[in-house]
Amino acid sequence: MMKQSLLSVRGIAIAIMLLLLALLPVYSHATGNIFALTLFTRILIYALAAASLNLIMGFGGMMSFGHAAYLGIGGYAVGILAHEGIASGFVQWPVAIAVSALFALVIGALSLRTRGVYFIMITLAFAQMAYYIAAGMARYGGDDGLTIYKRSDFAGLINLSDKVQFYYLCFVLLLAAIYLIYRIVNSRFGMVVQGARSNEKRMQAIGFPTYRYQLTCFVIAGTLCGIAGALLANNTDFVSPAIMYWTRSGDLMVMVILGGMGSLFGPVFGAIVLLVLEELLSQFTEYWQIILGPMLLLIVLFARGGIDGMLGRRTHD
Amino acid sequence: MLLFIEQLLNGLQFGLLLFLLAAGLTLVFGIMDMVNLAHGSLYMMGAYFAATFAAWTGSFIGGALLALGATFLLGIALEFIALRHLYGRDHLDHVLATFGLILFFNELVRLVWGPGGLSLPLPAWLTFPVQILPGVYYSAYRLSIIVVSLLVAGFLYVLVMRTRIGMLIRAGASNREMIGALGINIKLLFMLVFGLGAALAALAGLMQAPILTVQIGMGENILILAFVIIVIGGIGSIRGAFIAAVLVGLIDTLGRSFLPDLLRTILSSTAASTAAPAISSMLIYLLMAVVLVVRPEGLFPASRR
Repeated sequence: MMKQSLLSVRGIAIAIMLLLLALLPVYSHATGNIFALTLFTRILIYALAAASLNLIMGFGGMMSFGHAAYLGIGGYAVGILAHEGIASGFVQWPVAIAVSALFALVIGALSLRTRGVYFIMITLAFAQMAYYIAAGMARYGGDDGLTIYKRSDFAGLINLSDKVQFYYLCFVLLLAAIYLIYRIVNSRFGMVVQGARSNEKRMQAIGFPTYRYQLTCFVIAGTLCGIAGALLANNTDFVSPAIMYWTRSGDLMVMVILGGMGSLFGPVFGAIVLLVLEELLSQFTEYWQIILGPMLLLIVLFARGGIDGMLGRRTHD
Repeated sequence: MLLFIEQLLNGLQFGLLLFLLAAGLTLVFGIMDMVNLAHGSLYMMGAYFAATFAAWTGSFIGGALLALGATFLLGIALEFIALRHLYGRDHLDHVLATFGLILFFNELVRLVWGPGGLSLPLPAWLTFPVQILPGVYYSAYRLSIIVVSLLVAGFLYVLVMRTRIGMLIRAGASNREMIGALGINIKLLFMLVFGLGAALAALAGLMQAPILTVQIGMGENILILAFVIIVIGGIGSIRGAFIAAVLVGLIDTLGRSFLPDLLRTILSSTAASTAAPAISSMLIYLLMAVVLVVRPEGLFPASRR
């Protein structure tokens, strides 16, 4: 699955996409198009979140409908610490990572007791709980959200307020996450998780404690998404309960499926297409969702492998 | 004590309303094995239809009946055009496709009716309070919601347990292929069940409309509640949906009205008044999490295969 000729249509498409993403700040600088840079920074962050969801959904078969919770948890970790006067990224980010890992551990430990549609619904329920907790934190803005006056401070190592530096930070983190996921799914651990997706009973029968493997995978994905949340909070200088709302989890799922489930670069394609499409359609008409909605329906009905499937990836199941 | 009785009745009324929504959802889920997130959109469309038709005919009942018919037809059309092609697919495909439908319906409503909400005025003959116990008065309208919902629940019970159609529905829920093989027109059956679910959602929407405003997105929060209910009750079980709906309605309403006072006894008053809304919103999700952890298939799992 992972080993394909670099010269296939798909290999070329991925290479071109990465090249364009890498060169985007140059284009933006040359033309003065700041908007493209902001849009694509957001796209990279969502691509990171979607890639983490893809790890559990595409490779692990765990259909989490509450993945946006970790965006919020990572974001709030940064926001709350900044609000309390701790601006150092060396504190904020490890806290964001630790807290999202902890939440993923608790949510995963309980949710993984269920299967199928019950799993979809219980993850949704946990995300809604996180949403209401955030909305109830009056000290940190409650419903209205929390403005972050100073971005994470990395003591001169990297300046997050610089748009180009921030863009490349997101880009590098996204590539690192994809590499990590690549290593995971091709490791023995990843094979067990994928085996459990295909046939859990058989994996158990040959002696693997699938629950523990799946839970570990779930925690890794939640943690990666928490990092995306920390980036998102820095990007918008703002964090509100809305980033945990269930429609946001839905958006992440759409990105994964649009790009192609269980495809390494699929979520990146999915995030680019969905967010650029939103941007284009909203310029074209105020009622852009009336087009996007049926489009999703058609994609589900007719393009089963997602974008990566159209590029010629053989679906593995 | 008066307040308690009133809130108890409010909770019951809300729970029964949720049951109407959850019943349609659990029927579609149990029989077609279809996760329909757009069920909340049908609830919203029912309310919009009712508000429009009521203004048009000048009568609440006339508007309500027309809205029920219109939503029934809309449900059938939706099933015929889009959803029947998704049967047998992965649940995830259902979630995604019907998520798209939610976006579509929300924008459609914005396009047709505008971004501001509508209001559906209460009929004058239901605006007075009724004395239900000596000295206890309760809104006649809310009382009539309770009565109508109970009648519909009874009707559903008879329909599902005592008629031939109900027999087919139950057979379909336990083994779809088999009733198809026995020569039952399952396409027609599925379409009718979907239409019935749509009409139930519309009934919930139009009855709730005079209490809240009719607005875009009104179906989404309540849809999540309906899903919580069918998951708690056990997917495909009407009885489970009924019990879970009343439970959720009561917990949600009582939590919202009494939790602040309850918390005030253990916390400072400012902390209590900020924490209470969040905690009371969480209560039902907590309930669902607990139920799923203890009984991963819900309280009354429909017997399967």
